[in-house]
Amino acid sequence: MKKLNSKLYRNLIMVAAAIAVYAFIAYGMNTNMLPRATQTLAIKACYNVILALSLNLIVGFLGELSLGHAGFFALGAYSGCIFSINSSLPIEIRFFVAALIGGTVAAVGGFLISSSILRLQGDYLAIVTLAFGEMIRSFIKIIPYTGGTSGLNGIPSLGSKFMTFSYSYVFVIITVLVIRNIVTSRHGRAITSIRDNAIAAESVGINIKAFKIKVFTVGAFFAGIAGVILGHYINFIEPANFSYNVSIEVLVMVVLGGMGNLLGSIIAAVIITFLPEILRGFDKYRLLIYAIALILMMLAGNSPKIIELRAKAKVKIMMLRRKALARKGA
Amino acid sequence: MQQLVMTLIDGINLGSVYALVALGYTMVYGIAKMLNFAHGDIIMVGAYTIVVFISRLAISVPLAMFLCVAFCAGLGFVVEKLAYKPLRHATPLSVLITAIGVSYLLQNLALLFFGTNRQFIVKFINVGSFDLFGVSVSGISVIIWVTTIVIMLGLYIFIKKTLLGRAMLAVSEDKGTAQLMGINVNRTISITFIIGSALAGIASILYSAKYLNVDPYTGSLFGIKAFAAAVFGGIGSIPGAMIGGLMIGLIEALTASYLPFNLNAASDGFAFVILIIMLVLKPTGLLGKNYTEKV
Repeated sequence: MKKLNSKLYRNLIMVAAAIAVYAFIAYGMNTNMLPRATQTLAIKACYNVILALSLNLIVGFLGELSLGHAGFFALGAYSGCIFSINSSLPIEIRFFVAALIGGTVAAVGGFLISSSILRLQGDYLAIVTLAFGEMIRSFIKIIPYTGGTSGLNGIPSLGSKFMTFSYSYVFVIITVLVIRNIVTSRHGRAITSIRDNAIAAESVGINIKAFKIKVFTVGAFFAGIAGVILGHYINFIEPANFSYNVSIEVLVMVVLGGMGNLLGSIIAAVIITFLPEILRGFDKYRLLIYAIALILMMLAGNSPKIIELRAKAKVKIMMLRRKALARKGA
Repeated sequence: MQQLVMTLIDGINLGSVYALVALGYTMVYGIAKMLNFAHGDIIMVGAYTIVVFISRLAISVPLAMFLCVAFCAGLGFVVEKLAYKPLRHATPLSVLITAIGVSYLLQNLALLFFGTNRQFIVKFINVGSFDLFGVSVSGISVIIWVTTIVIMLGLYIFIKKTLLGRAMLAVSEDKGTAQLMGINVNRTISITFIIGSALAGIASILYSAKYLNVDPYTGSLFGIKAFAAAVFGGIGSIPGAMIGGLMIGLIEALTASYLPFNLNAASDGFAFVILIIMLVLKPTGLLGKNYTEKV
């Protein structure tokens, strides 16, 4: 009973937090209290959160590095936006249908790429996903419907920034719910077991291949939705929006937030979205900071020296605490 | 006919440089079991040192070439020491992310120091050209071919005949047993990195002698294609890297000159398509060995 209550309690906090964030930004946007740049970034944060969560599912939970997230992002953006341009449905419905189409096309891409590379893992898989992302970008340049290198113009807008933000926020909530439910379910445990020891997982009857395909398909689906949001927010997309750098930026969000930690991904995605604004004037160094952050995060988690230091610090803190307690007792 | 010969020569040129870079990948991957993402970026750094030494400081060419290789080897040493060595026992995912971080770091450092603009390099190797089937072949092409072949043979002999080379082979097969045989595994891996980076330095000289320009992103794309070449030939195999490099170079030259112009924008994409097809059909590459994972 107690366990149930604490779960309920946590869920309630999450719902309250989601509503509070929305209310705060909605109020700030409607009264123009938030600076214009922040309003724009709030929308950007929405699709970055979706991207980070979907990549975290692949990298953090499945334990396979995907460097082609920008490719799924691009697939979704282009397919959804091309639909949106050519459709005459009311804009709100059109946006949702476009998101579905974008997500589905990206998911098909994820399904195809993951089912063709099932024999691979680790470095080879990473390089194939990278190649996939770059391939998508190259082919977008030569397919006639996409506007080629000059970009896809005239994507309809959802009206005000507030409306765009609201629709994007709905998708953020959906993404959080779906991915959170996946990772806390039986499926999620199967996925993490593949990450921790694939051979052991297979020996207890987990179908590794099926799960890999599922994870890539779901991850790609949400990346596609993020792409549709991007398109309807900036109203113009070009191949340069989906470069390798985007995949890396999303990876930085996942790594900084903690691989396998959904809340961490959300927070890191928001921080990284606002980083250029916070570090104004240091924009030149932004990518450099990402690179250093990636290296340091990995060293902090894995270097024997740093692990030893951390253990020592832990012991020291414990000793101090004990001393303090003893003093209190005396 | 003339165009075909010219395209083939172009392809072999490009392929030879790819092969040289692929050698570095294959060595490091075969021995340290890690994909050194930063390998391509070390080539970019090497090309920038050529810019600085030859175009800016006007140092004599042989000295500048030596300094370039030394700088690359040193960079490889430092990167290995600071970023990869502490992660010897970490999961492959962490190592890979670190390597991406290093690659990204080098790119952005170059961006910071030299800007996004393409830097042009003065022609620093002046050799004549000669006729082959009525097509003029530049001397640089010949230098590239000869260097690549010499280095490949040298490396092959080094690995097979010398003590250090055989230690590398032992480490690549089984680290634990190699250690029991008295091989200093850590040092062997470090030396592998230094040799790999020196190879990248030589590749950067050939690259800049042939193409005469560099920008911060030169290395990453080039590196990925060279990795594709290494995979194509089979990771860990020196002749494989050579064959893979030539194949990728030829395919790229042929697609670039024979595809209709409107498909040209995607010529990079074709190298990736080949990589994916190769990995899907035969992940071990043409000459690679097949290992099964044991519990």
